[in-house]
Amino acid sequence: MNRIKQKLQEDKKILSIYFTAGYPKLDDTVKIIQDLEQNGVDLIEIGLPFSDPLADGPTIQASSTAALKNGMTTALLFEQLKDIRKSVSIPLILMGYFNPVLQYGVEAFCQKCEEIGIDGLILPDLPLDVYQEEYEDLFKKHGLINVFLITPQTSDARIKAIDEASEGFIYMVSSASTTGAKEGFGPEQATYFERIASMKLKNPQIVGFGISNAQTFEQATEQANGAIIGSAFIKHLTENGVDGISSFVGQIR
Amino acid sequence: MSYHADERGYYGEFGGAFIPEMLYPNCEELRQNYLQIMAEPSFQEEFHQLLKDYVGRPTPLYFAERLSKKYNAKIYLKREDLCHTGAHKVNNTIGQILMAKRLGKHRIIAETGAGQHGVATATVCALMGIECVVYMGEIDIARQAPNVARMKMLGAEVRPATSGSKTLKDATNEAIRDWINNPVDTHYIIGSVVGPHPYPDMVARFQSVISEEIKSQLLEKEGRENPDYVVACVGGGSNAAGAFYHFLDTPEVGIIAVEAAGKGIHSGESAATSALGKVGIIHGSKTLLMQTPDGQITEPYSISAGLDYPGVGPLHAHLYTSGRGEFISITDDEAMKAGLDLCKLEGIIPAIESSHALAIFKDRKFAEDDVVVVNLSGRGDKDLQNYIDYFKL
Repeated sequence: MNRIKQKLQEDKKILSIYFTAGYPKLDDTVKIIQDLEQNGVDLIEIGLPFSDPLADGPTIQASSTAALKNGMTTALLFEQLKDIRKSVSIPLILMGYFNPVLQYGVEAFCQKCEEIGIDGLILPDLPLDVYQEEYEDLFKKHGLINVFLITPQTSDARIKAIDEASEGFIYMVSSASTTGAKEGFGPEQATYFERIASMKLKNPQIVGFGISNAQTFEQATEQANGAIIGSAFIKHLTENGVDGISSFVGQIR
Repeated sequence: MSYHADERGYYGEFGGAFIPEMLYPNCEELRQNYLQIMAEPSFQEEFHQLLKDYVGRPTPLYFAERLSKKYNAKIYLKREDLCHTGAHKVNNTIGQILMAKRLGKHRIIAETGAGQHGVATATVCALMGIECVVYMGEIDIARQAPNVARMKMLGAEVRPATSGSKTLKDATNEAIRDWINNPVDTHYIIGSVVGPHPYPDMVARFQSVISEEIKSQLLEKEGRENPDYVVACVGGGSNAAGAFYHFLDTPEVGIIAVEAAGKGIHSGESAATSALGKVGIIHGSKTLLMQTPDGQITEPYSISAGLDYPGVGPLHAHLYTSGRGEFISITDDEAMKAGLDLCKLEGIIPAIESSHALAIFKDRKFAEDDVVVVNLSGRGDKDLQNYIDYFKL
């Protein structure tokens, strides 16, 4: 069974951490993954850096620019990850923009993910209809779960269509914003979380955007099945490098 | 076969809407409404009234006698340089501000490179009394000071884009990020035939007034609606889309798109996307774009700030790969000389963008009785400093 699906069957609130591959240093990738697993994180999103990350705020943009400057490429990331399954069993998701995947070759990319033991992909700018028409069969053939996003502005009808097309989980973007733009939640989020919970979707939901500490993690997971921390972890890496991952994770839960 | 967008916004394999879910409701609202709104008689009436009384349309189709004599063809210039604000850009911003009003939006955002689209957007926002924020790369702000001042005088806020390469593509990223963060009350006025569906089609339709006028003006002057060739420069490609629009599906009209080769196609400092680009995704559209083998978008170069976009509108990508369009690239030097040539021969100082289109005549030969319409997309006032530096005036 796919490691993501397996993890989601556990009776716990999922803590997912995002980091940008090649940041802060080019060769930090494997150590970050190992440390996150050892400290009890449930799921990892490995960010493929892109020159033009238009859904990201300044923190992740800067990490992306720095990673590319360090020399990160798709091919190099695959090289760094080639033995990762010898040391970790945590579910791994690659997250990135569609253009680098397109240039690598979508089929070759999926093939490589399968060889390494990647469990899923999050490609925010690969739209639902294009995925279904052109890539769904390919992703499935290589055992990759494609994760879709929903936002507070997403209509009920579209959420249902996304739920239908999803397996694994749905990425619930907590507010209409780029990453790292807002901290914490207000009444708009409460209404949104309530609305999604009442829809009784077939897929679990994991909340992202705006989660940075124990309090926001708890709020986000009150009804959803888990939460994702991205920008706050990148800030931690900027300030501390790869040391102290245990204290970062420890303060979340 | 049609060279127009299909209902999902594809031109052959190019176009579509490769956008994150955060942008989906905004684009979907526009997609569902744009054709209907544009078809409303009250919209058409207001649009054409403003084009006439405010922009100064129709712009003349001028027979350039001395230029024609020099290059041995019948060359007409479509004088978009005479539009209010100095270029064709305002045709689109007038259309989009009326669209935004009908969609109930009360805040406008835009991106700009050289500042021409920013000025055209700030202008229509002033006209309508709507709040306006223009994103502009930090580097462009420094090198286009007069246009920054114009936007400020017109009441717009100019926000520097400090990410990435700090130029047009980054300004576009910042505008898109603003739209993600303000999905309900804001309309994004994209300045070219780029971006996710329905933008390329919508902008092309607003600019299509150019070729609509060419047809009727040519009928009057030559007794026929169709020229043998239409020539336009292409960065993102909005003036070209407008000039080609009503001739796209008329195969007897030759379409010539002129790109900026910068210091030479293989110099590493170029913006000739058709020659150097590969299929990819930029700003929500599948098109040809300049990128590394790893899929990172690269920074183009041209002496003309209006042509240094790393992608090209999906319509033009399709015209190129299908062979419908003839693509020619022109270097900085060739463009500058052609610009000066027009000054001396016709008493018209063209924008450097438009000078690229004029520069084809040196090497591209036409038959003596060929009717060739060149879209003179903008005037050269904004480029004076460049002309001064280049020719040591």
